[in-house]
Amino acid sequence: MDMDRIDLDSEIGRIGAHIGAQDRRRGLLIPLLHKIQEDYGYLSGEALERLSKKLEMPLSEIYSVASFYHQFYFTPRGRKIVRVCMGTACHVRGAGKLLDNLQQRFNVGIGETTEDMAMTLETVGCVGCCGLAPVITVNEDILGEAGSKNLELLLESIEEDQG
Amino acid sequence: MESLKSIEELRTLRANLKKNTDNSSRKTVKVCCGTACSAMGARKVVSAFEERAADSRKDIEVIKTGCQGLCQKGPVLMVEPHGYFYQKVSHTRVREILSKTISADAPVRRLLYRESVSDDPIEKMDEIPFYEKQVRMVLRNNGLIDPCNIYHYIARDGYSAVEKILADMSPEEVLNEIKESGLRGRGGAGFPTGEKWEVARNAPGRIKLVIANGDEGDPGAFMDRSLMEGDPQSILEGMIICAYTVGASYGFIYVRHEYPLAVKNLRVAIRQAEQLGLLGDNILGTGFSFTVDIREGAGAFVCGEETALISSIEGERGFPRPRPPYPAISGLWEMPTVINNVETLSQIPLIILKGAEYYRSIGTETSPGTKVFALTGKVVNTGLIEVPMGITLREIIFDIGGGIIGGKRFKAVQTGGPSGGCLSEEHLDLPVDFDSLAEVGSMMGSGGMVVMDEDNCMLDIAKFFLSFTQKESCGKCPPCRIGTYQMLQILEKITSGYGEEGDIDRLEAIGNIVKKGSLCGLGQTAPNPVLSTIRHFREEYEEHINDKICKANVCTGIGVYRIEGSECFLCGLCKEVCAHDAVKETITGFYIETDYCTKCKACYTICPVKAVKIGKEVLPWVIPEQCEGCSDCVDACIVHGLKMYKTSKEGIFLPWLEDPDICVSCGKCAAVCATGGIILTIHTEDAKERFLHKRPLGLKVDEKEPPDTCEEEAAEQTGTNATDNEATTR
Ligand SMILES: Cc1cc2nc3c(=O)[nH]c(=O)nc-3n(C[C@H](O)[C@H](O)[C@H](O)COP(=O)(O)O)c2cc1C
Ligand code: SF4
Ligand code: SF4
Ligand code: FES
Ligand code: FES
Repeated sequence: MDMDRIDLDSEIGRIGAHIGAQDRRRGLLIPLLHKIQEDYGYLSGEALERLSKKLEMPLSEIYSVASFYHQFYFTPRGRKIVRVCMGTACHVRGAGKLLDNLQQRFNVGIGETTEDMAMTLETVGCVGCCGLAPVITVNEDILGEAGSKNLELLLESIEEDQG
Repeated sequence: MESLKSIEELRTLRANLKKNTDNSSRKTVKVCCGTACSAMGARKVVSAFEERAADSRKDIEVIKTGCQGLCQKGPVLMVEPHGYFYQKVSHTRVREILSKTISADAPVRRLLYRESVSDDPIEKMDEIPFYEKQVRMVLRNNGLIDPCNIYHYIARDGYSAVEKILADMSPEEVLNEIKESGLRGRGGAGFPTGEKWEVARNAPGRIKLVIANGDEGDPGAFMDRSLMEGDPQSILEGMIICAYTVGASYGFIYVRHEYPLAVKNLRVAIRQAEQLGLLGDNILGTGFSFTVDIREGAGAFVCGEETALISSIEGERGFPRPRPPYPAISGLWEMPTVINNVETLSQIPLIILKGAEYYRSIGTETSPGTKVFALTGKVVNTGLIEVPMGITLREIIFDIGGGIIGGKRFKAVQTGGPSGGCLSEEHLDLPVDFDSLAEVGSMMGSGGMVVMDEDNCMLDIAKFFLSFTQKESCGKCPPCRIGTYQMLQILEKITSGYGEEGDIDRLEAIGNIVKKGSLCGLGQTAPNPVLSTIRHFREEYEEHINDKICKANVCTGIGVYRIEGSECFLCGLCKEVCAHDAVKETITGFYIETDYCTKCKACYTICPVKAVKIGKEVLPWVIPEQCEGCSDCVDACIVHGLKMYKTSKEGIFLPWLEDPDICVSCGKCAAVCATGGIILTIHTEDAKERFLHKRPLGLKVDEKEPPDTCEEEAAEQTGTNATDNEATTR
């Protein structure tokens, strides 16, 4: 993301005309963090430093806010982001066991990435297709009824990726 | 898309759109592309239709709709004008639909919905029991229109309410209509919407704001998601009406980041509304201006709470703030701000169009209207449902949901997600509305409804929700931050078999402190799942604590494990899977060495015939009146723990377990006994004592004579070696 090209005044939307300069910059913090993460996959120290200059906000402030939210990451993440739904319906239909399986098979903890960066294992709240519980998402795709054959296919594709 | 300059132009546009759809002889295929159906391959179905229709030069319109409700049977689709409703449609069936339904107007029978394989198929959507009892108000367009096409929305009377208020209603009149309707917020607390709007309207301030709350963080809910994905324009229309009423000029929609499709569809909706001149400056030439922006959350549940949401938009850590001042007086950037749930907002156009009186005629006195629920768990039909308030839980679970999967027994239903509670069978006839649910210690909440059967453990569910809130607590208030942690520790302890007397009281005491001492709704409701399960399922807590068993066999680390010999067919999987080498093998069967067993449930889960039993310890018990002294049981015992003993009565021998510690509770003795002379049962300490003193009921084992004398006979009868026997006995 080209930080210099972002026009803070237009980015905040029309409400910007009615709030002070500081509020404007602050109000952009979270949207810009999302943007950085979209581009780089995580919030690198270097990108945050540039953001801190751009928003004229101490780096510590930026870390303070970003670390509050679970969806911001400070370390690089795997090529496949595997999220096991831990929502109620999936829990009731055995998501816990599924998660244990994945952890053992790839030797990663929750929120961790395999050494070869093939995959990152995470959990997520209900993704909205409880009818298919238990559900796993892989990047943007949703894998339903993941207790079965579907899962094997996914695991194989990750293992292939690992080489 | 040309901008509409006046109310008149909008009217003309709608009239034209309606005429076109009415006159069109084109057949329409409405394919559900909601999250669940997409996961099951709906997009492939769409492209198959598009390709094949082009190949065969069939003039059909394929519409990608939002969730149609019956997610479990996805991908689903509807063909119009016939109205045929197809379920579990794979892209390989598209050719058949084209040739049968599109060309020959006949249904594809194998794709029609059936209650069960042997039932007659049901052709139309609204004849399916799942839909029959539903009243679709909020979901009036969901599943019928293309959410990314504003013309579809307008053709179905979309923006008629905006038209109506701009043409002939003053803001006061709109406010009165909303107050009159009795609409209560659908975000959880059920606060009267009209009152909130009035406060904001009267609040001093030049600039006022409207926020639509689409942060839906309840871990078992997807109503708001489906609405934002399937009918985003209705939310925008509600926001415009709200802005007009309270005098707001800017709006935000706060959407959960984990809902990318909702974000995308809302963005498209805003752009199209702006292009048509329904958002922006000088809307429809009336001089009224209102713009809407999207803000994405970043994965913090507490940001659904209105003051935390404000902090988040302002770019702070998502900490809730004390109220008052209420956001309606001083909210985002200290401007008066109305925050409403997206479902609340999408009802507004309907109330304006049909009137408060009509709205009040649906639902109950204190909770008018309908509510959308995400029905999930162990019901046959899971999915998105909308029902009038006041409907009973029984109707929802059994009529709409089709009952419990596999004909099992209903046990509980959880409403209100992490803020709500579990209700038991006795509440099945309870009307579902804000007040009745609160009375029994649960909550309407945002609308998650999870049905549980006999295989679910209530402590496990309570623990699940509590660990969710514990993780999501923002940490500002010590009672919430520490109290939820302490409660979780106690639950953890009870469910792993270390529960102690007084734990229930401790849970209740801490729970009440957390409720009283927390700033925001998260902490104030976090103990509810625990407190309500204690209230309605107390005996289950007691079982875990006193008897150290989990009847549902969900909790690991509790109960005594044994292999039922009469059911075991010696496949040996349990022995293979046990990581602790606790499954032992004898010449006739497998048993579990309790000293090694960590109660991990691996064997229980893997056993294909469910021969691994978890429960209290059971031991054989001899009933002398029934025993014929045949000694079959002595032969059957897989650890040679039984022997025949001479009793005080001349010539009568009974099987006897010399040392209860050898017994592995395999139950083979009871299984082979033809007369019921030996059974497996739970023993009191007292009875165990008696074993050691060899005093079977009614008859006395001869104590003076050492058992060796009978052992010879036993050995003779069983053909086993006496010394061998002795070794195992020890
Ligand atoms: C922890 C917590 C989470 C909440 N999450 C949501 C949510 O996801 N969506 C929502 O609309 N309201 C949520 N609320 C309720 C909001 O604070 C607020 O009451 C609601 O948005 C008001 O809208 P309504 O009057 O239309 O219900 C939450 C409240 C709490 C305490
Ligand atoms: S009650 Fe809990 S979540 Fe709410 S403000 Fe206090 S600590 Fe934060
Ligand atoms: S519960 Fe676990 S440790 Fe115990 S016997 Fe079964 S597999 Fe082994
Ligand atoms: S709980 Fe997993 S998709 Fe809803
Ligand atoms: S997503 Fe298709 S019916 Fe719900």
